[in-house]
Amino acid sequence: MKKVRTQLMLCGGTGCHSTGTPAVREALEKEIEQQGLSEEVQVVETGCNGFCAVGPVMLVQPDGIFYQKLDPKDIPYLVEEHFLKGRPVKKFFYKEPDSKETIPGMNDIPFFAHQQLRVMRNKGLIDPEVIDDYIARDGYFGAAKALQEMTPEQIVEEVKTSQIRGRGGAGFPTGIKWEFASKSPGDVKYVLCNADEGDPGAFMDRSILEADPHAVVEGMIIAARAINAHKGYIYARTEYPLAIRRLNIAITQAKEYGLLGKDILGTGFDFEIEIYEGAGAFVCGEETALMRSIEGKRGMPRPRPPFPAHKGLWEKPTILNNVETLANIPQIILNGGSWYASVGTETSKGTKVFALSGDIYNIGLLEVPMGISLRTVIYDIGGGIPKKKKFKAVQLGGPSGGCIPEQHLDTPVDYEEITKVGAIMGSGGMIVMDENTCMVDMARFFMDFIQDESCGKCTPCREGTRRLLQILEKICDGKGEPSDLESLDKLSAIIKDSALCGLGLTAPNPVLSTLRYFRDEYEAHIYEKRCPAKRCAALLKFEVDPELCTKCGACFRHCPTEAVIWKKKEIAVIDKEKCIKCMTCFEKCKFGSIF
Amino acid sequence: MAKLTIQDLKKIKEGASKEMSLRDEAGKVKVTVHMGTCGIAAGARDVMASLMEEMGETDRKDIRVVASGCMGMCSSEPNVTIEIEGEKPIIYQHIDRNKMRQVFKRHVLMGEVQTDFALAKM
Repeated sequence: MKKVRTQLMLCGGTGCHSTGTPAVREALEKEIEQQGLSEEVQVVETGCNGFCAVGPVMLVQPDGIFYQKLDPKDIPYLVEEHFLKGRPVKKFFYKEPDSKETIPGMNDIPFFAHQQLRVMRNKGLIDPEVIDDYIARDGYFGAAKALQEMTPEQIVEEVKTSQIRGRGGAGFPTGIKWEFASKSPGDVKYVLCNADEGDPGAFMDRSILEADPHAVVEGMIIAARAINAHKGYIYARTEYPLAIRRLNIAITQAKEYGLLGKDILGTGFDFEIEIYEGAGAFVCGEETALMRSIEGKRGMPRPRPPFPAHKGLWEKPTILNNVETLANIPQIILNGGSWYASVGTETSKGTKVFALSGDIYNIGLLEVPMGISLRTVIYDIGGGIPKKKKFKAVQLGGPSGGCIPEQHLDTPVDYEEITKVGAIMGSGGMIVMDENTCMVDMARFFMDFIQDESCGKCTPCREGTRRLLQILEKICDGKGEPSDLESLDKLSAIIKDSALCGLGLTAPNPVLSTLRYFRDEYEAHIYEKRCPAKRCAALLKFEVDPELCTKCGACFRHCPTEAVIWKKKEIAVIDKEKCIKCMTCFEKCKFGSIF
Repeated sequence: MAKLTIQDLKKIKEGASKEMSLRDEAGKVKVTVHMGTCGIAAGARDVMASLMEEMGETDRKDIRVVASGCMGMCSSEPNVTIEIEGEKPIIYQHIDRNKMRQVFKRHVLMGEVQTDFALAKM
């Protein structure tokens, strides 16, 4: 058998795809061929590596050297230097943001060093489009064990022992959910996978599906066995083309191997999976709306009970689990529930995947053990806030969540602890905001999203979120009145009490959590007509502070309407007649002299 | 393709993990071929090719082949360094296809240092 000496694990996640993986791959293969290295060096396209901020990225094995920001035009040099002559190229090493120190080895980079991989254990190690790669990493052995050696009751018991809770956001114990469904009478049951990831700033599920689609398929087989279902659906949004493509490949390969279909592994158990592509409505991530959507109806929630475990899809007992939850299941079965529960806090076990974004150096995907502090995630893994700016808050849980300010940064990653400080664990979106973020504007953004995505079935959500948005817009426009704060409080409380589904019930959270920690910013907007973060254009005067102005002329050069009057060595002045308040001068001024 | 049984699943795992062993960084033996300009001019590419042929024939999963730059002894190229875990690295000099084969079979696989070709113990 031929062997290669070096494998180039090129990241093929959506992030790196958009920054240039296909072109890099083509250049690599061409150059390897030209240098006559085709039999010695192999390119493997993997799923998301996680370090999206510096893509396209590549890990060279067995050297363990990590390259970032690859450019097709530099590939010939890289191939000759490293893969032919064995001299790693410093130009593409990771650089520490502050010290500019280069780090060649992947596991020495802080972003990777603090992580603990379980769900993402195969990331960057396997080609997600090759089933044999997954099997080589113990893939489908969990399903084999569940089908051959365990009764459905034992499977449910193992999942209960692991104490894993739903990773979609609400954190309901998965084992208990399965137990309800397995005890529900009926010979037709369904297993659903919720891949309708809709929170702004969240891309965990997409990356898992892209990096390790077989793990989700295997998780569904085990779930099906546990409740005795023979049909499953993966509900994924159409705007995840790469994830859907890889899922389709995974399902086809699993069918060819007889790991899906009739008589799986000769155990007599039948199970099939179908992908249902959703059009991308936020509300379809809500379980009852998702089921309506699969049925071909309009995606709208219905009151519970009856819970889906009794009456779900087509009124049959159904379990719906998030992508990350299902991807954990094979390892729980293979290694045992107590292995899984050995990591984490009292009430939150295992690991959690987060998508880190916003004002932070290391934007990307990471997996950490439960109980780690938010500070470690943001400063050690995330690398801190760029441009020496100050941290203001981190937003967790998307539109249903809330923000956590500096004083609570030592809160551990734990369902209960995070709820205590006014946010939710959520599905794993983590948006970091620096001092230049206006919290009123942030609440306005999320409310705009929610009122847009509200399905309109219940009045509190349909009308209430719209009113909330109008009040927030008014405050941002400088027309806020003292009574607005009271209205926000009151209206939020009513929506929280009376909305129909989970989305409506949590819809006021962005407003409530910003009111809780940043009430002073609301008050500055309303009483002083001032935006402390200088984000709300309507509240800026567009004047130049002569003491801060360095007479550099940056504002003059960038103004699209020639409203800035400036000459060399003179302080700039803004002509308010011509100014259209586009914020360009404000953003270009490095000295904060425009207010 | 016919349906798999659990035995088939195990076979696939065996086969595929051989190809993937490179991706787990740890290996017990590291064979370094010095491939600077001097090494390549003296025939390091040929040495590498014969080494890879040998690699293809063995079932061992713990051997890593690495190309590296010139180590400064251009006159003795092609050089090859063998590092076995727990032992001192041995540098071989003036290696060619045949010598590479012998070093691989005797030193890497069986642990006998081939003193005739050795340049130094580090």
